[in-house]
This record gives sequence, structure tokens and C-alpha cells, in this order.
Amino acid sequence: MSPVLPAALALAAAAGAPAVSIAYILAAEFVVGRLSPLRRTAARPWVWLAPALAFLSVFLVYPTLETILLSLRDATGTRWVGAANYLYAFRSGEALVALWNTLAWLVVFTALVVAGGLGVAALAERVRYDAAVRAVVFLPMALSFTAAGVIWKFVYAFRPAGAPQIGLLNAALTAAFRHFTPQAWLVEAPRNTLCLIAVGLWVWMGFAAAVFAAALRAVPREMLEAARVDGAGEWRVFARIVLPALGPTTAAVATAMVITALKVFDVVYVMTSGNYDTDVLANRMYQALFVDQHLGRAGALAVILLAATVPVMLLNLRRLRGEEAVR
Amino acid sequence: MRVGRAVRRAPVHAALWLICAVWLVPVIGLLVSSLRPAPAVAESGWWTAVRHPAFTLDNYREVLAAQGLGRSFLNSVVIAVPATIFPLLLAAYAAYALAWMPFRGRGLLFGLVVLLLAVPVQTTLVPVLRLFTAAGLTGTFPALWLAHTGYGLPLAVFLLRNFFAGLPAETLDAAALDGAGAAETFFRIVLPLSVPAVASLAIFQFLWVWNDLLVALSYLGGRPDVAPLTVALADMVNSLGEGWPLLTAGAFVSMLLPLAVFATLQRYVVRGLVAGALKE
Repeated sequence: MSPVLPAALALAAAAGAPAVSIAYILAAEFVVGRLSPLRRTAARPWVWLAPALAFLSVFLVYPTLETILLSLRDATGTRWVGAANYLYAFRSGEALVALWNTLAWLVVFTALVVAGGLGVAALAERVRYDAAVRAVVFLPMALSFTAAGVIWKFVYAFRPAGAPQIGLLNAALTAAFRHFTPQAWLVEAPRNTLCLIAVGLWVWMGFAAAVFAAALRAVPREMLEAARVDGAGEWRVFARIVLPALGPTTAAVATAMVITALKVFDVVYVMTSGNYDTDVLANRMYQALFVDQHLGRAGALAVILLAATVPVMLLNLRRLRGEEAVR
Repeated sequence: MRVGRAVRRAPVHAALWLICAVWLVPVIGLLVSSLRPAPAVAESGWWTAVRHPAFTLDNYREVLAAQGLGRSFLNSVVIAVPATIFPLLLAAYAAYALAWMPFRGRGLLFGLVVLLLAVPVQTTLVPVLRLFTAAGLTGTFPALWLAHTGYGLPLAVFLLRNFFAGLPAETLDAAALDGAGAAETFFRIVLPLSVPAVASLAIFQFLWVWNDLLVALSYLGGRPDVAPLTVALADMVNSLGEGWPLLTAGAFVSMLLPLAVFATLQRYVVRGLVAGALKE
């Protein structure tokens, strides 16, 4: 296939589909306009909602329900096997490794991103080049985890002791400490999972810093000044006034990071493929689906991921209800 | 007094400079390595290029042609542009109804959208893959356009509904009094007033699709002629292992567009990505 063809196809789709959708809206509005006022008000919203609802049903609602059923079936998705796939997920060695590592990601990654983002935002607030600092740490957010994986795999690169180190980390440590032996960072568990989490921190900390910076700006100046006039030191002001004011922001950032940690896939896939005991749920699910070709197991692992997000969904829903009540 | 203050502030400056170094130096190392001759990259650390400067574009020539990243760059564009436009447009229609048309079940429907916000892509992979296989779409660009439209909708509907709901009711009512229909109000008033929100969202969706690995890997079935940059780069990591000259050049090619977008539209990028991650 020549490269011109897909480009032309995409151009046609990029221009054609919006045109079709606009034509649909105009035609449907024309039809709705002919109805009696009562039926018009009843029908109109569904005209506007229909395309989105169709996509949500086909690509999210139906597949989710189907996956739940699939998790109770065998490798080819034909026979019912009860809870066998869940037993696999909670009993087999390879799935347990993934389960524990995902838990490590949930706790360590979330804690580091929240603490790091808050720390950077609080420090940057004290200098004039705060915007530049925040831009620098935010930059990796624009990159793919695939690219970040290559960047850091190179930083972690390992050569045996005595050979010239081409990985930044081993080279720096060898130069700084006379007795340091170069390490294969991505091989030895559990340290390798921490090295992967560090990449996650590198990507996501800027996001947390941006959110915390906005929250810090919203802390009333007068309260800080009043405390300082009363003789409170910077640490005390931070611990007693700033930190409590950041509660809701911290909760929001932590929630977002929990979801991110649950779904983490690319870093692991690119940097270790889940080898050396670094596997996580999302990667195990991918491997179960495409390597082992076991639909039931893939389904069960996906359902476990979904179940882990349910508390967050309910939290979102509750927050929404609170907002609607205010409205 | 001034000096004392500067000394007290020194640790703050030092910490910030150190953090910026940790964040930037790996990227600089990647760029420098991608420009060094292949034997040099394998023999010495990239920082030695300061003492023995020798640069070449050979690595880029090799990845763009022999490794097929030139083709993949085009594929990424072909995938990402429609996959950004479709969900935003469909979401805007739905958000307009949810924000400005009263109907029974409106709260329930919006609640469903909020629930769908957190559904992991993994939960949908197997059934959607089977649908695509049945329709003969696996390994084609339309499969990715459709899938990304579905996956991008909850966030886009959620954010746009909230933005539309905040538009001044008087403006919309005035349009209705002037005899403007729903479509006219939407295209002439609601959309133009929402350009900043739509722009942030578009940048989020574009970068999300551009940087996506899982969806492309799953629905394109490993065909190199349709692989976007992320898939091609991940394949290179698998096949080249420690082939850093090509890997660094490949990674940089995949970062070019996001870096350019970040450099030129930083404010929208930050706003879009923050809103996307925070869902507020």
C-alpha cells in the first residue's frame, strides 16, 4: 500500500465525517422542527445524544458487560468454567507477581507523585523562575510512555565493571563513589520495579506540581502573613495552614494517580516486557490475551482492574451529586 | 540582610536546579546520542561528546528509511487527526443536549458518563477486538478511529457539558428569542464561545492518541505498514535490544511533534492534560 492512500483516506475521513455529522444534525433538526411542540421537546435531546450514545454503547458499555461474562469462560470463550480464571489470577505465580507489583505501583507511585509534586510546587513558589521549573517538570507529560521508556532504559544501561559505562546512572555513581560496582538496574527484583516507578514519577510529577501550584495560589495570603506576624516559622506555616488547605487537592491528585497506576502498561511493556518479576496487571492481561491467547484469563484480569476502579467511580459520582446539589 | 536571605534561600535554589537537571539531562542525553556516530555511542558515554565532538545524521537516515519510522510518522498523523476530531464533535452534540435541553433521565445519563470515565481500556479489549475481527476492521486505520472515538467520549462529554453549562443563559435565550433553532444556536453561539475549552480538549485527545501504545498494539495486529510511531518504537526496542544509536534517534522522532506542540501551545497543553487527568 502506498503511503499516499492512507493519507488521502484520513483527509477524506477528517473532513467527511464532520460534514456527515453536521448534515445529520441539520436534517434531524429539520424533521424535529415539523413535530408538534410537545413531541419536539421530547425528541430533540435524543437527536443530539444518539451518535455519542451509540459509540459509548458499542465501545464501552457492551464490551464491559461482555468481558465480565467472558471472565467465567474458557480460553476460547466457548465453555463456562466458573471461577477458574479468578483462581488463576489469585493463585498462579505469574499472575500473583503482577498483582503484587500493581499494588506496589498503587502505593509507591501515588505517594511519590503526590509528595514530589507538592514539594516542587511549594519550593518553586519561593523563586522567580517558578513557571520555568514547572514547565521543565511538566514536559515529560507530553511524551509517550514508550519514548520515556527508551529514554530511561538508556539511563539505566549497564556494562560490567571495568568497561566504560554508557548509561548515565551507572556512570555517575561510578564516578562519584570509588567502590561502586555498576548495577543491572532492570534485572534484580524488587529494585527493578522501583526503577520503573521512577520513570512513572518522571512522567507524572509535573502534572501534580501544576495542580498543587494552582491550589497553593488559592491559599489566602492574609492567613499566611498573620501566622508569620505571630512568629510562626516557615515550616510551621506550611504544616498548620498550607497543608490542611490542600486536602481536597491532594485527594484529587491521589485518585487520578491510583487510576493511572492501575492501568500502567507501556513502561513495563517497553522496558522489561514484564520479565524479571516486574509484571503488572495490565501487561499480564495483554500477555494473556495475545501471547497465551486465553480469553477467559484475560477477561478475569480485566475484571479485577475494573473492580479496583469501582471505588473511584463511586467517589466521582458522589462528588458529582454534591456539585449538582450546589447548582 | 540581603546576603543572609540569599544564603538561606540557597538550598531551595539548589534543590530546584537539581530537579530540573534530573528532568532534562536524560532528554539531552537522548538527543546527543541520536546525533553521534553509531560506534561512538556503543563505546563511550554521550557526555564525552563534549570533549570529542563528532556528529552525524546517519541514525536518523537509518530509522526513517530502513526502520520505517518515516512511514510510521505518517501513520501516527493519519490515526491521530480523525481520532481527535470525531470524539470532540460527537461529544459536543451530546454535551449540548445534556447542558441545555431538559429531559427525563438527564441526570441518570450524565451519571453513566461519569461512571464510564474510569473504565480501563483493558476491560473492553477482547469484545471490541472480536467486533473488529467480525467486521474485517482489525489492522486498519478506521478501527483505531472508531475505538478512540468511543474511548475519548466520556471525558469529552464530561468536560464539555460542564463548560457549556457555565455559558450565560441570557445569551442562549436571546438567540432563541431571535428565532434561532437549536442547531443554529449550537454552531453560531455555543461552539464559538467554547473555543478555549475545545482547544485544550483537542490537544489532550491528540496527544493521548499520538502517545497511545495499547490500543494501537491491540487492534492493528502488529502489521508494520499501519504501525504508528509508538508501536514501531516498541518493536525496535524488542528487536534491537541495546542498539542505542537507532533507538535514541527513533525515540526522538516519536517525540518531535509532542515537543513542538508543548513548545508552542504550552498553556493549552498544561490545561488540557491537567483537566484530562483530573477530570474536572
